[in-house]
Amino acid sequence: MKNKSLVSIHDYSKTDYLRIMDLAEEFERNPRNYGNLLTGKVVATLFFEPSTRTRLSFESAVQRLGGRIIGFADSSSSSVSKGETLKDTIKTVSQYSDLIVMRHPIEGSARWASEVSDVPIVNAGDGANQHPTQCLLDLYTMKQTQGKLDNLIITMVGDLKYGRTVHSLIQAMLYFSPSFHFVSPEELKMPNEYKMFLKEKKIPFKEHHDLSEVLKISDIIYVTRVQRERFSDPIEYEKVKNAFVLKNSMLEDTKPGLKILHPLPRVNEINEDVDTNKKAYYFRQALNGVYTRMAIISSILGLK
Amino acid sequence: MEKKNLKELKVSAIKEGTVIDHIPARSLFKVISILELQKMETQITIGYNFESKKLGQKGIIKISDKFLSQKDLNKIALFAPEAKINIIRNYKVIEKNVVQVPDSIEGIVKCMNPKCITNNEDVKTKFTVIEKKNVTLKCKYCEKITDQEHFEMK
Ligand SMILES: [Zn+2]
Repeated sequence: MKNKSLVSIHDYSKTDYLRIMDLAEEFERNPRNYGNLLTGKVVATLFFEPSTRTRLSFESAVQRLGGRIIGFADSSSSSVSKGETLKDTIKTVSQYSDLIVMRHPIEGSARWASEVSDVPIVNAGDGANQHPTQCLLDLYTMKQTQGKLDNLIITMVGDLKYGRTVHSLIQAMLYFSPSFHFVSPEELKMPNEYKMFLKEKKIPFKEHHDLSEVLKISDIIYVTRVQRERFSDPIEYEKVKNAFVLKNSMLEDTKPGLKILHPLPRVNEINEDVDTNKKAYYFRQALNGVYTRMAIISSILGLK
Repeated sequence: MEKKNLKELKVSAIKEGTVIDHIPARSLFKVISILELQKMETQITIGYNFESKKLGQKGIIKISDKFLSQKDLNKIALFAPEAKINIIRNYKVIEKNVVQVPDSIEGIVKCMNPKCITNNEDVKTKFTVIEKKNVTLKCKYCEKITDQEHFEMK
């Protein structure tokens, strides 16, 4: 992993996943031991499109390890708005820093950046394509809550068509013999290419239109946001927007170990009355993002 | 004029070089551009819209005094999968080859994803060939699929 960019979940092997998770666990257990790990290192966070949550998570990870941060939070304030190419921006910033975290609306931009940069790139989202650190933090969270990653029953709810996180998760879970349940409106069903992938790999899955059918059997419920702009017909959105809302009352009789995850931000797909339920884990999941990113950055910099 | 002579007149024989036959007529100009024939200085004969039982209309290219490598020739496999390559020495065919779809492709075609970096900045396309029969390409940048029906010259 040393000096290697993390652009796509396909860049890491099962061993790499496990190593990152072990390291994240170590950072979580003994945070005080690592406050100087990144002393003297400069990490650039280049956000060509804004994503406050992701940027703060990365910056928190760097700060907790004692590193310094340079960068921008959206491209309007940078030289990009003056027409500089991505190549030139990356090449220049790679002279100033030891590692670049970037988010960019164009798909494949992070791979391109990794080819022109003199320092490793961590992809913090390239359009609808990849967001590998989100996937790793999801894996870490599932392992943490269930004590294992093998043989979990995972229910994915919401926008399964455009939801980048659910697609990555399906592919990364390949090594851990999961079974999946997909609950979504007809218009936002899991795309065929991913269903073909699961069939090919002999991973069982089932599609549902009703959340109540699968709540009781799930170990993990992974909820994603259903966005109005994804619907060609606004009436269709109005019809389904409340059909997939998770409420506290629905969690009775679910497995004691069930945990509810969400990549955040949430709109209304998880009712606020769920927040106080012990099974709600999405804010803790956000904290895990910091530990996971600490693990990724320090591995790439060869410090752990 | 005798029939035999007529045939010879269509495309004259070459003494030494490479003949690429069975190019679908609609792909002929793409093939010329992929092989960058316009940059070559040797004598080149190009035949267009010849009758072909197999292809309907075909194109043929005869390049004198030049022996193209199989690697270069494989680049045309996307547009002329049935092309036949004849190596000519002293007016005789001494070698017959077919083209093969390579494992990876750089440049030549566009990624069909409009949001891909290769369609937004000056970046050469790179694909992994994931299916050779109905040629299917996976973009190394955006990871999206481009299939045969959507091949467009870069
Ligand atoms: Zn692409």
